[in-house]
Amino acid sequence: MTLNEICKPENLVYKKTSLLTDKVMHYCPGCGHGTIHRALMEVVDEMGLQDKTIGVAPVGCSVLAYDYMNVDMQEAAHGRAPALATAIKRLMPEKFVFTYQGDGDLAAIGTAETIHCCNRGEPILMIFVNNAIYGMTGGQMAPTTLEGMKTATSPYGRDVHKVGWPLRITEMIAPLNGVWSVSRHTVHTPAAVQKLKRAIKKGIEDSMAHKGTCFIEVCSSCNSGWKLSPVDANKWMAEHVLEYFVPGDIKVDGQMVR
Amino acid sequence: MEDLRLMKGNEAFAEAAIRAGCDGYFGYPITPQSEVMEYLMKEQPENRTGMVVLQAESEVSSINMVYAGAACGKRVMTSTSSPGYSLMQEGISYIAGAELPCLVLNVVRGGPGLGTIQPSQSDYFQATKGGGHGDYRLIVLAPSSVQEMADFVGLGFDLAFKYRNPVLMLADGVIGQTMEKVVMPPQRPRFTEEEIRRNTPWATVGKSIDREHNIVTSLDLQADSQERHVLHLQEKYNEIEANEVRCEQIKCEDAEYVLVAYGSSARICQKAVDLLRAKGIKVGLLRPITLWPFPTKEIQALVPHVKGFMSVEMSLGQMVEDVRLAVEGKVKVEFFGRCGGIVPAPEEVVHAVETKLL
Ligand SMILES: Cc1ncc(C[n+]2csc(CCOP(=O)(O)OP(=O)(O)O)c2C)c(N)n1
Repeated sequence: MTLNEICKPENLVYKKTSLLTDKVMHYCPGCGHGTIHRALMEVVDEMGLQDKTIGVAPVGCSVLAYDYMNVDMQEAAHGRAPALATAIKRLMPEKFVFTYQGDGDLAAIGTAETIHCCNRGEPILMIFVNNAIYGMTGGQMAPTTLEGMKTATSPYGRDVHKVGWPLRITEMIAPLNGVWSVSRHTVHTPAAVQKLKRAIKKGIEDSMAHKGTCFIEVCSSCNSGWKLSPVDANKWMAEHVLEYFVPGDIKVDGQMVR
Repeated sequence: MEDLRLMKGNEAFAEAAIRAGCDGYFGYPITPQSEVMEYLMKEQPENRTGMVVLQAESEVSSINMVYAGAACGKRVMTSTSSPGYSLMQEGISYIAGAELPCLVLNVVRGGPGLGTIQPSQSDYFQATKGGGHGDYRLIVLAPSSVQEMADFVGLGFDLAFKYRNPVLMLADGVIGQTMEKVVMPPQRPRFTEEEIRRNTPWATVGKSIDREHNIVTSLDLQADSQERHVLHLQEKYNEIEANEVRCEQIKCEDAEYVLVAYGSSARICQKAVDLLRAKGIKVGLLRPITLWPFPTKEIQALVPHVKGFMSVEMSLGQMVEDVRLAVEGKVKVEFFGRCGGIVPAPEEVVHAVETKLL
C-alpha cells in the first residue's frame, strides 16, 4: 500500500481542529498544556461555539494561550482571570466564557478572585491546570507543591510545618452554593483525555445554561520543573500527585459526591 | 426642559454614568465615594438601560473587571478613593498597555497609608506621573463642581474611546460630598453589538468568520516589538498633549499674579482672588481642567505678563512641580498648601499671597 492510498478521507482517524492555530507551541516537550488546549478547543469546535467563546488566560506558562486558541481571548494580570471572566459574562450573558489558569495563579495570588467568582456562581467554565509548581518563572514552589518536593524556592523539599500544606483549593470551592460542578482530571493517558473532554462538554453546556460555576482541575506534569523526563514525569504524577490530588467527580449537578 | 437636580457630587457622577450609556460599573466601597455604588444599587440601572452594577471583592478585582469589560468594547467604569486607587495600579497599567478605554474616578482622601477620610489632593503625582509600572499616561480630568462631576463622565468616555486610553477623574472629598445644583445630561443609548463590532473591531465579542480572532493583551516578549508598542503609545500621548489640554482662566487678563489651582482648591482660590482684588491686588486664577495633559503652554503664555505664580493645593506641593517646569525659572513660583484632610480657607490663601508672593 502506498502513502497516497492510505491518505484518503475515509481513513482519517484524527484531524487537528481549526480552533487551534498553526503557531508552534512554546511548551516544553512532555508538558500537559498542549493536550489540554487541544481537548478544550476540540470540544468548543464540536459544539460549534467559536463565535460565542471568549477565553481568559492569565500570566503563567499558558499566558500565550491566545496565540494557539483560535477564539477571542483576553490576557489577564496574574491571578485576575476570574474577575475578567465575571465582567465578560455579566456584560454578555449569552457567551461561553472560560478561564484557563495555573495553580500559582488560581490558588495563590488569585485566591480571592477564585473564591468570590465561585461564590457568586458566575456561570463560566474554570479550567485549573495544576502542575504543582510555578512553571513560567522557573520552577518555584506553588501552593500545590507536594510535601517534601524540591523546587527552586524549597531546595530542601517543602517543609509543611514552615510553609503550609499543599492546598486543595478545588475541594475548598466545591461546597460553595454558587458552584455547579467540580471534578479533577489528568491528561497522562489517552483515556484520561477523553474523560476530560466529556467533562469540558458538560461544563460548557451547564455554564451556558447558567447553572453556576463549572470547575475542572487538570493535574498536568511539568517535567522541566520537576526535573524528570516526560515519561518519568507522568509516572511520578500517577504515583505522587494523584495520591494527594485524587481524580474524579467532587460535585455533580450541584450535589457533593465526595 | 432642563433636568435640574440637587445632588452630591458622587451621586451626580453615578446618575451621569447611567445617562452616558455606561454598560457596567464595578466597585468596592470606600469613603468618601461610597455613594456612587450606593446610588447605582438603589437606582437599579439594569431596569433603565441594562447597565450592569457589581460590588466586587476588592479594588484589585474591580479594576480587572473594568479591563475585561473594556476589552469587550463596552463603556465600563469604576470609582474609588486613594487606598483603593493604589490597589488598582497594576490593573490600570495593564489597561494602558492593552490600550483599553475606560473611566476611573478617584475621590481623593488624605494619605499616606490609611490616612484620613477627609478631602485631599495628595494623589496628584500618582494620577499624572504614572502610578503603576511602565511608560504610560492617563488622561486626567479634575472636576471642581458637582456639575463637572456629571459633565466629565460623558466627556471622559468620549476621550477614552477616541484615544483607546483610560481616563481618570481626579476629584476630592469636597467635590464628592458637597450638594449643589446640577443640570443632568440627556440619556445616551448604550452601544449596540453592531456598533461595537464596527467601532471597536478589536473587541473580544466572539470571533466572527469575517475576521481573525481578537486578542487583548499587554504582553510582548520581543524587545523590538515591545519598544515599537511603547513608541506607538508615546505618539498617542503626544497627540493628546497637542489636542486635549483644557483649562479655565479667571481674571488673568490684567493679572500681575496668578494662582494655579484645580478641583476644590480652585473654588477656594476663586474667592481668594475676589478678596485680593478688593484690596487692589491684581490676581488671577488658572484652573487646570486636564491635569494631564497639563496646561503648560497656557501658563507659559502668561509668564511675560505676570510677576509670579502660586500653586495652591491640598497637598504639600505636587502640581507646583509642573508649574515650575512650565515657568522655567523665568518668574517666581510659590506654593501654598494644607494637608491631612484640612481644606484651607480663602483668607489663608490671601495671607499666603501677601506674605510669599508680593
Ligand atoms: C503580580 C505578579 N507577580 C508575579 C509574577 C510572576 N509570575 C509569572 S507566572 C508566575 C507563576 C505561574 O505559576 P502557575 O500559575 O502555577 O502557572 P504555570 O506557569 O505553572 O503554568 C509568576 C509568579 C507576575 N507576572 N505578576
